[in-house]
Amino acid sequence: MIFVSRPLSRVAFFLALVVYWEPIKVTTGGRAVGYIIEMLNITKDFPGIRANDNITLQVQESSIHALLGENGAGKSTLMSILFGLYAPDGGTIKIRGKEARIADPNAATQLGIGMVHQHFKLVQGFTVTENIILGSEPTRGPFIDIKKAQEKVLSLSKLYGLSVDPGAKIEDITVGMQQRVEILKMLFRDAEILIFDEPTAVLTPQEIHELIQIMRRLVAEGKTIVLITHKLKEIKEVADTCTVLRRGKLVGTVGVADTSEERMAEMMVGREVNFHVGKAQAVTGEVLLRIEKLNVKNAKGVLGVKNLSLEIKAGEILGLCGIDGNGQTDLVHAITGLAKAEDGKIFLRGKEITNLSIIQRLDLGLGHIPEDRHRHGLVLDFNLDENLVVHDYFRFPYAHLGILNKKAIKDNAQRLIKEFDVRSGQGAATPTRSMSGGNQQKAIVAREIDRSPDVFIVAQPTRGLDVGAIEYIHSRIVAERDKGKAILLVSLELDEILDVSDRIAVIYGGEIVGTVSARETNENELGLMMSGSVRQSAKGGKA
Amino acid sequence: MTKRREKVVLPLVAVFLGFLLGSIIVLATGRSPLAMFAAMIKGFSGIDIINDVPINTRHIGEFIIQAMPIILTGLAFAFASRTGLFSIGAEGQLMVGALAATTVALLVQAPKAIHLPLVILSSAAAGALWGAIPGFLKARFNVHEVTVSIMMNYIALHLNNFVILNIFGSVDRVKTAFFPESALLKSPFLQSLTRGSRLNWGFIPVVVALVIFSFVINKTTFGYSLRAVGYNKEAARYAGMKVNRNIVLSMMIAGAFAGLAGSVITVGTFNFGRALPSAEGYGFDGIAVALVGGNQASGILFAGMLFGMLKAAQPLMQSQGIPREIAGIIQASIVLFVAMQYGIKLLLEKFKKKESVSAEVDRV
Repeated sequence: MIFVSRPLSRVAFFLALVVYWEPIKVTTGGRAVGYIIEMLNITKDFPGIRANDNITLQVQESSIHALLGENGAGKSTLMSILFGLYAPDGGTIKIRGKEARIADPNAATQLGIGMVHQHFKLVQGFTVTENIILGSEPTRGPFIDIKKAQEKVLSLSKLYGLSVDPGAKIEDITVGMQQRVEILKMLFRDAEILIFDEPTAVLTPQEIHELIQIMRRLVAEGKTIVLITHKLKEIKEVADTCTVLRRGKLVGTVGVADTSEERMAEMMVGREVNFHVGKAQAVTGEVLLRIEKLNVKNAKGVLGVKNLSLEIKAGEILGLCGIDGNGQTDLVHAITGLAKAEDGKIFLRGKEITNLSIIQRLDLGLGHIPEDRHRHGLVLDFNLDENLVVHDYFRFPYAHLGILNKKAIKDNAQRLIKEFDVRSGQGAATPTRSMSGGNQQKAIVAREIDRSPDVFIVAQPTRGLDVGAIEYIHSRIVAERDKGKAILLVSLELDEILDVSDRIAVIYGGEIVGTVSARETNENELGLMMSGSVRQSAKGGKA
Repeated sequence: MTKRREKVVLPLVAVFLGFLLGSIIVLATGRSPLAMFAAMIKGFSGIDIINDVPINTRHIGEFIIQAMPIILTGLAFAFASRTGLFSIGAEGQLMVGALAATTVALLVQAPKAIHLPLVILSSAAAGALWGAIPGFLKARFNVHEVTVSIMMNYIALHLNNFVILNIFGSVDRVKTAFFPESALLKSPFLQSLTRGSRLNWGFIPVVVALVIFSFVINKTTFGYSLRAVGYNKEAARYAGMKVNRNIVLSMMIAGAFAGLAGSVITVGTFNFGRALPSAEGYGFDGIAVALVGGNQASGILFAGMLFGMLKAAQPLMQSQGIPREIAGIIQASIVLFVAMQYGIKLLLEKFKKKESVSAEVDRV
């Protein structure tokens, strides 16, 4: 199938090119070459791994070009080369038809290349304007001309429909607005080529919709966008062309209009992919986790969780959905012991655990995939094998009489690497810090699922993962459910919540505003409850 | 370059650059760097490469004497550092260790087989206690360990002087009465072997400390959890480790190493308790040793010997007409170059790239 359709789609792509050739010529001012970026035969080696193997990427001016691939496929490496963060070991880069050597990000900026990173690079205590001008401040004499700066920011924001509050501090604005600040930062520096690295990973459905509008607007004004993503839906919705990478190699470039999501998924993963989790009706047993009138203070010292009650039975997955920052984190931390409960009670298998230490909770059968993999999930300076035993390093067979058994630790790592397809350059001995984000996440998921806890708190388990890995992890979570475990799935991805959960509880402002059956609800109903505009009426089940 | 090789190569480059800078300064003062190196070689091996005289083994003994305490204070700093703590309290821990050794040496009467181990253990225990205080304050109230350990250094200095002068009643306001033979690490055998140097059995606790350090950090579950806390406190907490307990224990063990240095000096190098006008700098030398040694037992051993050699070479350099401060300058610049190792790494990589490019050009 693959071998037949790849050339076919190429033909389609070239056909599309021919059809669109005229308008492209017009927008580029009659220039013969329509490619604004050409990365030809790029190769990049890292210790133990060839991240980019002879990859060619050609991007049309004033188009949205998606770069699709699993974690570790080499997307970020390729874009880091374009942005001047890495030097390629082979190949050439041409910008606007001219060969370019991009030694560092400053050179990239000079060439009009800007990057919106997945993790925003903003100064929290600075205002929007201050962040945008940082590093290229307009001055009047020795002073910063903040007025002039603000005017330019405002005119840019108007032109591209990027609504921001120029005087607001970063710490006070939403994630969506922070992203718009990042985009404005690029535009302020006159970027013509904008690289978006997983831009929707942190956004709510509404914000994603806004971002897509913004991207269309940018292209209409003549900008070129390279979109790094693994979300097929977004590519289908917004991109013109899609280049697919797999394990460091180029799989192909297709016109988005001529292909399907299934087809792109297949190119990316190398096999057919199931988008929906196949699972039987839940067979529930006794209540394993019960939360009664829980109150938890958040980092700012106010109540993040208010009077919250929940029950999860053996053999069911309860999805907790809500817009980021509505108390999910505080609830998870209170259950797992990372934060103190102000008031209320938590029972695990009928035993109260509200004030127990973390290790006591773990021993009673609690498991936790943390939402923040760098803060809680991993010790980045440990090797991978050491990270895979952080809970059990002192238990047999990893240790005996207080002495570590390095062989047992290594064997455990090799088993999990194989089972969960964790890709790491030097196997069990890979420094965790050097692994890609997706593979770090896989390592955490592998470790936690392998513990097979009775009550499993799963927060953002597939954040930053690609469809292939998501499919596998979802099926493993469902398998745990079928073993009779109680699972709390906390996720910002509505698709994930709808697909995996049996019941869905919606959290808003630290309170559960409704609990519904996953089979009987839809994105719309959840979206309304998430935004707090609708509270569940009497029709729903009990929380 | 792999991480492991980097850990060895970068400090070596720093050491090389330190000596290079020292040589340039000696040249600038109009003396021969060769004379400096001759003094240094003599400082640790006793071999005189300029004059044709037999090997003077006394220098070897004195060099080891200089290296022993700073290896221990280096271990102290490194151990806390592995748990993510910046302890600069080794100076004070060493002083209370010395004071405890003095107390036990003077007040206890027992056969050597009991008395000497008791002296050594008491110094380690006193150092551990002194380390426990900043550890506890850090764990319980999140008071920064640097602030507390600096204060503890002053308290230790004045406590030591108060006890030595007022309780043990010093005759000359400098030292206590001599210790009984049963409390001493001194060895006439080792002294005769090294032509009357002060070399003593103190190197045995040093070697034991090195082995314990390496074993605990690398091989035990306790060391694993200490490293986890050091690298990422939050992740360690998430995994169920007792972070606060580890902080206190780590500071105590670090204190024990430094306290041990107190007894190695007091009942090894000397045979009386001493009142001190000010801190002697063993603690700060220990920080330098740990930095250059990369917080590893083997690295600390070599770095301790290197700095011990520099200390031992100072009087010899002076006799060659080279200012003794040059040794201090070399020591300081080595530490600086180690701190600059990221820059050195970049330089090495550039150098390598150029080499491979020119090799390719040659091929063409």
